[in-house]
Amino acid sequence: MAEKITGAEAIIRSMISEGVDLVFGYPGGAIISVYDKLYDYTSSITHILTRHEQGAVHAAQGYARVSGKTGVVIVTSGPGATNVITGISDALMDSTPLVVITGQVSVDLLGTDAFQETDVVGITQPITKWSYQIRKVEEIPAMVAKAFHIANSGRPGPVVLDIAKEAQMGKIEWGEYHKCNYIRSYIPLPEIKHADLQKVADLINSAERPMIISGHGVMISGAEDALQSLAEKADIPVATTLLGLSTIPTGHPLNKGLVGMHGNIAPNWKTNEADVLIAIGMRFDDRVTGDKSHYAKNAKVVHIDIDSSEFDKNIKTTATVHGDAKQVLEALLPMISEAKHRDWIKSFEKPEATEYEAVIKKASYPEDPESPMRMGEVARKVAEAAGKNPVLVTDVGQNQLLSARYFRYNSPRSIITSGGLGTMGFGLPASIGAKLGAPDRQVCFFCGDGGFQMTIQELGTIMQYGMAVKIIILNNHFLGNVRQWQSLFFNNRFSQTQMLNPDFTEIAKAYGIPGENVGSRRDLNGAIKRMMDYPGAYVLNVRVDEKDMVFPMTPNGSPVDFIMLDRNNIYKPEKS
Amino acid sequence: MDKNEEGKRLYTITVFTENHVGLMNQLSIIFTRRNLNLESVSASPCSIPGVHKMTLTCYSDRETLEPVIKQIEKRVEVLKAFLFTNDELIYQEVALYKVPTARLLDSENLEAIIRRHNARILEITRDNTVLEKTGHSNETEALFEELKKYDIRQFVRSGRVAVTRANVELVDQFIREQEERRNRIDGR
Repeated sequence: MAEKITGAEAIIRSMISEGVDLVFGYPGGAIISVYDKLYDYTSSITHILTRHEQGAVHAAQGYARVSGKTGVVIVTSGPGATNVITGISDALMDSTPLVVITGQVSVDLLGTDAFQETDVVGITQPITKWSYQIRKVEEIPAMVAKAFHIANSGRPGPVVLDIAKEAQMGKIEWGEYHKCNYIRSYIPLPEIKHADLQKVADLINSAERPMIISGHGVMISGAEDALQSLAEKADIPVATTLLGLSTIPTGHPLNKGLVGMHGNIAPNWKTNEADVLIAIGMRFDDRVTGDKSHYAKNAKVVHIDIDSSEFDKNIKTTATVHGDAKQVLEALLPMISEAKHRDWIKSFEKPEATEYEAVIKKASYPEDPESPMRMGEVARKVAEAAGKNPVLVTDVGQNQLLSARYFRYNSPRSIITSGGLGTMGFGLPASIGAKLGAPDRQVCFFCGDGGFQMTIQELGTIMQYGMAVKIIILNNHFLGNVRQWQSLFFNNRFSQTQMLNPDFTEIAKAYGIPGENVGSRRDLNGAIKRMMDYPGAYVLNVRVDEKDMVFPMTPNGSPVDFIMLDRNNIYKPEKS
Repeated sequence: MDKNEEGKRLYTITVFTENHVGLMNQLSIIFTRRNLNLESVSASPCSIPGVHKMTLTCYSDRETLEPVIKQIEKRVEVLKAFLFTNDELIYQEVALYKVPTARLLDSENLEAIIRRHNARILEITRDNTVLEKTGHSNETEALFEELKKYDIRQFVRSGRVAVTRANVELVDQFIREQEERRNRIDGR
């Protein structure tokens, strides 16, 4: 006879059967039975106790993004559940596989405004891939299996399982665990249509000025090699979205940089010169396209994505292939003729040179030794000192845009940033998850003084678990990105963006984390070296200039080829 | 009526779903998010066991609703969703009218009204008479206008129900394909 176990134990055994060995969470009344059982399974599952549920969900996101595995979060009902909402919403926007288990009050109390009762399924339906309330213990193994299947197949996303007390405490016979591999109404891996491939191949083969935009989907499907093969065979320049950074190495000759509001000039400008634009695993977010009516004006747009609801949602396409990026690119490769587009690729050089002179040199190699430190220079120097294979984790704002621009990406899954939702406070907990998911890689976390304080409590988690995260605070005592908009578009009216900050290194010290304040350029290199050499977590609180801005910039709603080089200058191509 | 006062056309959205809790909410929030007002909603089992059919109507345009259909189909428990204009469907709705019996009996037109509108009387009490009319919205509205002078005490109209001109449920082929997919996964 099969052994009888509680629902709480069944949840844990189901997770172990799904390959889970790490979970993030925070206990509470409605989930206490699961925590009680977790106590018996510490040899199989490591639980990271964060200092706030928001920290748990962002840490799980960091872990999932760096490893490709499903991040698991366990929280209690009511406020425990509502505190993970931001992270769930973020994970949906950035296609991050999560299984979030929320405790729920007992069934007889549901709908009575019981203590710590919240309608979790109701709240999370619009921001999850799937959410489900388990009321009966018998449902647990099958629904956990379904949750893991949905979270990390197709276009990944967050799943919520809201588990009522009865289901946790009731008993079931534990038999063989069956993973879910089929749901009638859900097709995670669409069959690729040959006719679609042929149409795309014909477009690429006849293109004179093709350009690829590589997005997060390339990373999720592990299509980096296929992308590179395609680009090299047909000699196509590759740009990436913010989340697509590191899908092609920084130093690759066909890597033409970042598109979007603060992307590189060349790929943004060339978007409107290309005759075939091949978008892979990206969704034409408004931060990428700017004014949609002036986007890819001369191009036939090819869209390859696993989520067909993205086709023609933002940008009208000429051809689409519905499928997994890796499968599509591998199937497409033999149909693509070898080609050379040397003149077209060479035409990227002039805008690159302009950007170097007008922006990059000033932002990352400032000449005057006495001038205030620039955020770009800090990012560049950290990247240079970070070793072979570092992971960049960012918070949101100028710190994000500049560190993303000036970091170097040598291997896949090297950037973890809140792209779609733009969640301040995301970074510190995400860096914890990233370190747990990639313990052998140097995790460099950039944040501003604003975002750092949104989840600063997670320094406690770093302390407790000895997470060797390198924390670089680009501290300008301002909410810098809002300040930048106020300066450029709101007549320097700095409404509610200035901050009086504590001494962050003293706070870190209280958590047993060493650090230093860097106030001048001559101390920067030494401080970065000491940070990198130190075996554990380290805080570098770098005083940067509040007047520093992120450029180039395409202002919100402007055409993709309206590019500000600085406050006063708009990019104009040289006549060739 | 095919178009509303803003010139927007009435579309019918038919959604085939698994029979699970909370699906109506999942669909309705997709409309709410885009500030689309649902004119009518109805839900029931369809001819395929275990499959539910929801019929929604909404004044809008194809450009707005096509992405909505894709967002609906993206929900894990939705099998398939379709967008129709009136001419592609055979559709009907039912309306009930509660009118004071005395007023009706005083009328000399009662028989004519019932005949002309092909209405039925469901119940007569000393106080009230309940009439039923099935038809298109303009037909149920026409009867409403006619009965107004007899003082309508209660009125209700159902959501639209509709079938297509096809021989089968439109979801049939999808379900067949998914069964084949299951067999492939199971290695049968």
